[in-house]
Amino acid sequence: MRKGLKLGITRTYAQQKAFWGFLYVLPWLLGFIFFFLIPLISSLRYSLSTITANAQGMTIEFIGLKNYIEALTVNTSFNRTLTESIVNMVVNVPLIVIFSLFLAVLLNQKFFGRSVARAIFFLPVILASGVILSLESTSLIQAVNDQNAGGSGAINAFSSFELQRLMLEAGFSESIVLYLTGAVDRIYEIVSLSGVQILIFLAGIQTISPQLYEASKMEGATGYEAFWKITFPMVSPLILVNVVYTIIDSFSRNALTDLIRETGFTKFNFGLSSAMAWIYFLCIAVILAISTFLISRKVFYHE
Amino acid sequence: MIQSKLLSFENWKKWLWSFVRYTLILGLAFVILYPILQKISTAIKDKSDLYSPIVVWIPQNYSLNNFKQVISIMDYWETLLNTFSLSAVTTILTAVSCALAGYGFARLKFKGSNLLFAGVLLTILVPPTTILIPIYLNLKDFTLMGLIPLLTGKPVNLLNSYWPFILTSMTANSLKAGLYIFIFRQFFRGIPKEVEEAAYIDGASIGKTFMRIMLPNAVPAIITVTLFSFVWQWNDSFYTTTYLTSSKVMATQLSSLPYNLAIQLDGGDASKADPFYLSMVQDTGILMAILPLIIIYLFVQRYFVESIERTGIVG
Repeated sequence: MRKGLKLGITRTYAQQKAFWGFLYVLPWLLGFIFFFLIPLISSLRYSLSTITANAQGMTIEFIGLKNYIEALTVNTSFNRTLTESIVNMVVNVPLIVIFSLFLAVLLNQKFFGRSVARAIFFLPVILASGVILSLESTSLIQAVNDQNAGGSGAINAFSSFELQRLMLEAGFSESIVLYLTGAVDRIYEIVSLSGVQILIFLAGIQTISPQLYEASKMEGATGYEAFWKITFPMVSPLILVNVVYTIIDSFSRNALTDLIRETGFTKFNFGLSSAMAWIYFLCIAVILAISTFLISRKVFYHE
Repeated sequence: MIQSKLLSFENWKKWLWSFVRYTLILGLAFVILYPILQKISTAIKDKSDLYSPIVVWIPQNYSLNNFKQVISIMDYWETLLNTFSLSAVTTILTAVSCALAGYGFARLKFKGSNLLFAGVLLTILVPPTTILIPIYLNLKDFTLMGLIPLLTGKPVNLLNSYWPFILTSMTANSLKAGLYIFIFRQFFRGIPKEVEEAAYIDGASIGKTFMRIMLPNAVPAIITVTLFSFVWQWNDSFYTTTYLTSSKVMATQLSSLPYNLAIQLDGGDASKADPFYLSMVQDTGILMAILPLIIIYLFVQRYFVESIERTGIVG
């Protein structure tokens, strides 16, 4: 209030709050304009034009949708990489979300060594990001050891093969069986991608009030029923959050990102690269919109 | 009689479940730890053990030669210092700017603040690849709306310096900053309004309330954000390989390690190099790059796990 008087302006409490609020948000706003909005717009402009470097710097020439058409019809690897990354994402997201919910429930129970187990399960948050993951997949030693030992690798393949046969004979449909056994084979990938999701679910489960469980126990509900009738509805908003997070998280590490960068920085075809990035973004946006729409109908909110 | 039977059945069920649980947890923990254990075992192996069929986990001849190689090729100590200072600076700046923005969005509503918050969500949703090229070009000839050329006559090239990181983290637009703003906003919204109002009535200004009342209450959120931001900056290869091509930080050194290795190990002749030996040294390099993180994690994981449980991510 004093400041307002000094300036000779009397501001109400709400006005003052609004003023400070704007001030607090200002650094972000500047960054948002300079490092996000302007680049976003110019990226859209680049994608619609051809860019040539010359003595004066760059000349940008408007060519309409040609870059988009080139990306989709001429470029040899774009279509394939795009579908591959999207299929990968669609395959992985349900697995990661279900797996992390299951683990969060497990890690929430009381047992000996729980804090150690938690510490280990959050380790992928640190390890499985950025450059380490991409280098790890090329490690020859790992491959050699698996071969040498004749152990882990072979056993893995064997077990999922057996599982596959077992399930097929039990009469499951083939696509489901392949999906599940594929998940068993990729367990490391799935575990390493679900660190943050486990954290979010765990935090959510801990906000559920214990009275609910007590009451259900009095009424004779089993642990299984309690999970489906209490835990699952209560964390359903977080399922939405985690699905969105997992989809976004998969941006930072896939083949398409590399392709876009390569087109931009080694072939210096900025226009084409921007067009690819925009197509990618639009695909992601559509997927996000569909999944949010589907899930949010089922989500249970307290209000 | 019957009761004791029932009891024993219950007991059985309990034991069975805890057995299944331990099997699952141990198995998955092994899956997570396996690569690290393997790297450690590889790193302390001698070259001669590489092809020895009897060596699987525990090497026959221990040697620290791999570490020596990695330290010299990666310029390890300098890289470590660079990476540490870069991560520390961006982490502190990001935490400060995101906390301010988060508080602004949570409590100090003004006209259009909801619209701006939609902007924050947009920054989370747009893949960084989409805006990479314009940012790159912008930083290459950085003009700050034509101000810098007025003063010095020509635009400055900010690439290959820490400025891109400092500027973006100062303005809360660095790597995954949208997520941090979101975390802070949710957390501040969870603190009761009465606490704040009491401070105002006692005569504290808005800035003072934020510093003295809100921030001390937001320690869990601060720990979460600083940890995430530090770790992700440390491991980030997306921005560092774009902005910092010649500077030595962990991510760029790691991603160029395979090439450097092939060149330096076998006297400059990459074709003669033994790929398995290269891979061995590369694994050692990865181990040494994440070692500082693991050490930090060992100390802070307790706070990490506790704090995330109390953070507002959950809403």
